Amino acid sequence: MDYRKARQEIVEKNKGIRDKRTTLEEAVSMINDKDHVAVGGLQYTRTPMGVLWEIIRQKKQDITFYKPLMSFEGDWLFVSGAMGKAVTSWFSGGVTWGVSKIMRTFAERDPSTFEEWSLLGLSLRFKAGAMGIPCIPTKTMLGSDLEKIRGLKRFTCPYSGEEMLLIPAVNPDVAIIHSQIADKYGNAQIFGPPCLDIETAKAASKVILTTEQIVDNEHIRDAPNSTNIPFFCVDAVVELPFGCYPHECYGRYEPAYEKLGEYGQGLLKAEDKIGFVQEYLDKYFYQPADFPEYLDLFGVRSLVEATRRGRIWPL
Amino acid sequence: MEEVFTMTKNSYNTAELVAIMSARLLEDGKIIFGGAGMPLISCVLAQKMHAPRLTILFEGGVIGPHIEPGKLPPSTNEQRAARRGNMHLSITDVLLLQQRGYVDYGFLGGAQIDQYGNLNSSFIGDADNPKVRLPGTGGANDIASLASKILVAMHHEKRRFVEKVDFITTPGYLQGGDSREKAGLTAGGIYRVITHLGLFDFHPTTRRMRLEALHPGAQVEEVQENTGFEMLIPDEIGHTDPPTEEELRILRELDPDQRYTRAKDE
Repeated sequence: MDYRKARQEIVEKNKGIRDKRTTLEEAVSMINDKDHVAVGGLQYTRTPMGVLWEIIRQKKQDITFYKPLMSFEGDWLFVSGAMGKAVTSWFSGGVTWGVSKIMRTFAERDPSTFEEWSLLGLSLRFKAGAMGIPCIPTKTMLGSDLEKIRGLKRFTCPYSGEEMLLIPAVNPDVAIIHSQIADKYGNAQIFGPPCLDIETAKAASKVILTTEQIVDNEHIRDAPNSTNIPFFCVDAVVELPFGCYPHECYGRYEPAYEKLGEYGQGLLKAEDKIGFVQEYLDKYFYQPADFPEYLDLFGVRSLVEATRRGRIWPL
Repeated sequence: MEEVFTMTKNSYNTAELVAIMSARLLEDGKIIFGGAGMPLISCVLAQKMHAPRLTILFEGGVIGPHIEPGKLPPSTNEQRAARRGNMHLSITDVLLLQQRGYVDYGFLGGAQIDQYGNLNSSFIGDADNPKVRLPGTGGANDIASLASKILVAMHHEKRRFVEKVDFITTPGYLQGGDSREKAGLTAGGIYRVITHLGLFDFHPTTRRMRLEALHPGAQVEEVQENTGFEMLIPDEIGHTDPPTEEELRILRELDPDQRYTRAKDE
């Protein structure tokens, strides 16, 4: 997004404190086809899965998704048509499930659908976006072919004479983020590694926040140091227990490794890869009446086991 | 020599050998960026052997993770890798520690390496029309650009040790000589390549890969046969000591199911 326009959107944003609780359906209706959407979390940790699930159900098309490391959710976004382009540093199945065949199908047919940045390069795009500057200098990505294919510009530091790379800022239309707790105004407290969520929340024009648990504002005020995202960044708050499932939420539940494995192994074995994902989408995304019915497909045993493995007192 | 070779074959596999030889290179009191799998096992092995004050960082934003034997995290980006760490940082901040000079070692693997230590994890073939799209760099480019000394652990195969990588995802010494410095990468560089055949360093001026030491049982000819470019072979070649029982015992306690230290060639 244009630098001045990105700033103007924040200037004009309704920043008054107010109750922003809404439904998943309503929140996702803020996202438009072809938008640029930054996805919180990392690989399969604290993925705002509920929002991705609803994006696919609402048949959004041709969105550019930004995510530091992309996992199986990238397959689902590609095959559903929701994702026109992935901007990420790594796109694969996971450590034990090999390279994503879906990513390969799309990116080998049209390389522009997978725009690769180094992890710090991508992080600095959001950092600059959050700082309200159009670019930021760094010593990473220099000399590599990534510098060339991204067409990055250099400058020489006028003080030290050091050769630097200028990473362009990004200001996405929407950031989607999942936290452990938040109040109804959108003050969010994230526990465990914050990934890029704080930068993306400030860089984006709008923020959709899902949370495991809405707590009273008094609870937030008891520990203001733990608030990572201030209410005025946030536009919608949705209470969504197990909102990352089958991915994990730090201190609440681990990933459903066995369910991810079922998908990963199934995809490896399937002859018709796209067809396999379409069937998965139909069963897990389009058929369920609502998010709890989606969780029903994983089953109580899966949710209980993931909770038992991942729960940290007193989170 | 024959006897040593037999012992090599029987008492440890090639992945274990690479993990142990890598661990021995890590000095105490330093800070290292460790990736999931074998790099992490090497770091923890070093901590338990000779480097108890070696601090591990993960790109997921963890400083000093708490790793329990037999419960190695499948990735470094999830709560199994984050619980009970000393600190959790954003991805930006943990990676920027390297730019500041805090990070002594980076530890990488790769699909392809060339004679100047450049790594490819992006494209086989042309970037505009790739034969294979690989998963991409993750934080590897940043680590190789910014950390002080880079270790690369790989299985030694001709198709992986190529004269020129199809795409420089992660910079080594680029086109050799002083091209890395000229590109603006004023710190770091590839310190050692560790394979199941030996240890390799880089010639101080040409920056070409050079055999430093052979592992027990490995021969110079074997190195040449499995390398797709002309490896520099100095007149004097070192020999590494075979893995000790203690190293192997600790390694197998860390990874009892051999999830990350299974032999690549068996």
